[in-house]
Amino acid sequence: MKNPLPSLLKKDGTRSVLASLISVLIGLLAGGIMILIVGAATATIGMKGVWDGIRIVLLGIFTTGRDAAGSLTFGFNPNAIGNMLFNATPVILTGLSVAIAFKTGLFNIGAPGQYLAGTAATLFIALSMPVEGSEMVKWYASQGVEFAVTFPQWVVWVAAFLGGMAAGAVWGAIPGLLKALLNINEVIACIMTNWIAANLVTWAFEVSKLKNVVEGTKTGYIYKTTFNGVATPKLGLDKLLPGSQVNGGILIAILLAVVVFIIINKTTFGYELKACGSNRYGARYAGIKDRRNIVLSMAIAGSLAGAAASLYWLSGNTEFFWNTYQSLPAVGFNGIPVALLASNHPIGVIFAGVFMSMLDIAGLQLTNLTAYNEYITDVIIAVIVYLAAFSLLIKTLLKGRRKKQEAVPQPVVDPEEAKIELQKEMEAADQ
Amino acid sequence: MSFLIRQTLIYAIPLMIVALAGVFAERSGIINLALEGIMIFGAFIGVLFVRLVQQWGWFEAAYKAKDILGLQSFVFLAMLAAGVLGALFSMLLAFAAINLKADQTIGGTALNLLAPALVLFLIRLIANQNTLQMAKGDSASWFMLKESMFGYGVGRGVNKTPSMGFLGQVFVNKVFPITYVCILIFVVLAIILYKTKFGLRLRSCGENPQAADSLGINVMRMRYIGVGISGALAGMGGFVYAMTTANCSSDGTVAGFGFLALAVMIFGNWKPLNIAGAALLFGMFKCIAASYTSLDINGDGVYLLKNLGINTNLYRLLPYLITLVVLAFTSKSSRAPKAEGVPYDKGAR
Repeated sequence: MKNPLPSLLKKDGTRSVLASLISVLIGLLAGGIMILIVGAATATIGMKGVWDGIRIVLLGIFTTGRDAAGSLTFGFNPNAIGNMLFNATPVILTGLSVAIAFKTGLFNIGAPGQYLAGTAATLFIALSMPVEGSEMVKWYASQGVEFAVTFPQWVVWVAAFLGGMAAGAVWGAIPGLLKALLNINEVIACIMTNWIAANLVTWAFEVSKLKNVVEGTKTGYIYKTTFNGVATPKLGLDKLLPGSQVNGGILIAILLAVVVFIIINKTTFGYELKACGSNRYGARYAGIKDRRNIVLSMAIAGSLAGAAASLYWLSGNTEFFWNTYQSLPAVGFNGIPVALLASNHPIGVIFAGVFMSMLDIAGLQLTNLTAYNEYITDVIIAVIVYLAAFSLLIKTLLKGRRKKQEAVPQPVVDPEEAKIELQKEMEAADQ
Repeated sequence: MSFLIRQTLIYAIPLMIVALAGVFAERSGIINLALEGIMIFGAFIGVLFVRLVQQWGWFEAAYKAKDILGLQSFVFLAMLAAGVLGALFSMLLAFAAINLKADQTIGGTALNLLAPALVLFLIRLIANQNTLQMAKGDSASWFMLKESMFGYGVGRGVNKTPSMGFLGQVFVNKVFPITYVCILIFVVLAIILYKTKFGLRLRSCGENPQAADSLGINVMRMRYIGVGISGALAGMGGFVYAMTTANCSSDGTVAGFGFLALAVMIFGNWKPLNIAGAALLFGMFKCIAASYTSLDINGDGVYLLKNLGINTNLYRLLPYLITLVVLAFTSKSSRAPKAEGVPYDKGAR
């Protein structure tokens, strides 16, 4: 019987996973070195502080605080794990958004704008369809305003979620159309549509009636969706991880990742998208409608970023700061490192998203418990992305090492296999 | 009117010089998406330089004596530091893109992520807050030219000397002289790129590196130089931005100016003169959006733009919208360097 390990190593997928893991390790190493240098240079931190910092970066979600003696304690921290899953939800979806665009050869740097479009649509729908007996209806009643129609809670949720996706899709389709019809660089078009979205969303909320006037401390914020009684069901996850913000949204994100995986890998449409990605004009020559596919790919990418916004705001955990014309949501940009770390594989995006979110939690713990701050985890992410830029090189190195090891027992190369290998290499080089 | 022109220049000059940074990289064949990150890094270095030198007390005497030349050379040194470190930072991109033949878009994105993370990490350690400021005073009192320095508009009542005329108001009063240094650098580098042997060689590497190589040009070296100049310009642009619009402070962001510069570069069709025009147009709209309510264009006391009753948000999004529309109309004639984004492989034909 053949040893399964070498054949597993031979697979391109395995090499991608290995390359990603190596990137992660080097990224963590870079973070560790920074912690060490800063610790050594600062008298107040000392070696104990350095050791604490390194442990929190690696085991952030299992940190439970400090004991009476002042040393770190570790254990099951349901709050941190739950918040990790909650924060992973939008990042997984923006990661998917970037990944599916990458598959079509497009760099979707427009996820922040699509996220904002989704935010606006979701909040407008969720707060404009009154739910019977909600705080909002009662407050308006106290102001002498009665609503003629009210809706069941779940109808509003579904409408707001789908609305968010649709708005994101429209916003994503704009750079797609510009690229397909006028051949405008999608990076520039996305940057422009991002800022246009930031200004339009600010404008829309500025003139809206959704600004929080009930709570005096919340000036500049929109109502939470729970004001209208709308929130994503917890599905018992809050019982499992008490004290955290987790809800059913993470399951929807995972479901969407599986759907994207099926679309890309198991359908003709997905094959056409990938064909456009590897060579747009070659695909056109083969009878694939490249223009239509570029627009559709960007629209799907946009809808995923919109879904990220929908799930985040429909959680009812946070309120939206509407005066956002000067900044773009970081979660949109964070989709880029997530997609890159996952080598644009939809299922890999789930793990990459959870990993990024774990680093975020570790960053918060670093700020709370040590002299370091959360930006060290951002440095780690940046290093990982930097390495992702030449993941192809890492993969080739991995391949080379394997070949050398196998050179002795298997000197005869099957010409057919070599041909396929070469074809694969050419494809990889085209990407 | 003088206010509009002055303010437009303040917005336009960082854009212009950073867009030229993009040109140098792309003309040599490397897409520099990291302009934003390098700007952030340059802004941080420049502000840190000013802060440290202030703490050492080196230019204290010059400040007390109101020595214009001394203070301006101080700020010039800070800009130089930002440029040198910006060039050094951009070597990360150059190494990945040239030696490792990495994906340049992703490499640039990595630098865009790295710069704010690194900068904020250091700022938090240095200042124990999220903004790094000057050690004392503000940018206006230290580095800005004022008409009173030249004896205009001084004193009170009948003894007050006359104000500067129109040209003085536009080009001298309330102006940071480093912006003129930037214009000078812009002009000199544009000439170098188009009128010298070196410029021709650099551009050939962005069009047809194989042909350039066959003629004895060291493509890799040229690309390193292109990215290095690009990094230096972006670093300086970042510092100028921090100096003129952020009161010489650094907080890990340049409000998307690096990306805007990228758009200005494409808008300007990779040509310096067009870029200068595009940057001025952009700067004017930025200025109008920021101050249209108090803008008196022809000096008759009527706030024309305010009276039009158009929403602020429309003014704010106009520059982006106009860029998209102009790109839509000019995309057919737009011509990027042919070999940009393609790693140079000696063996390829």
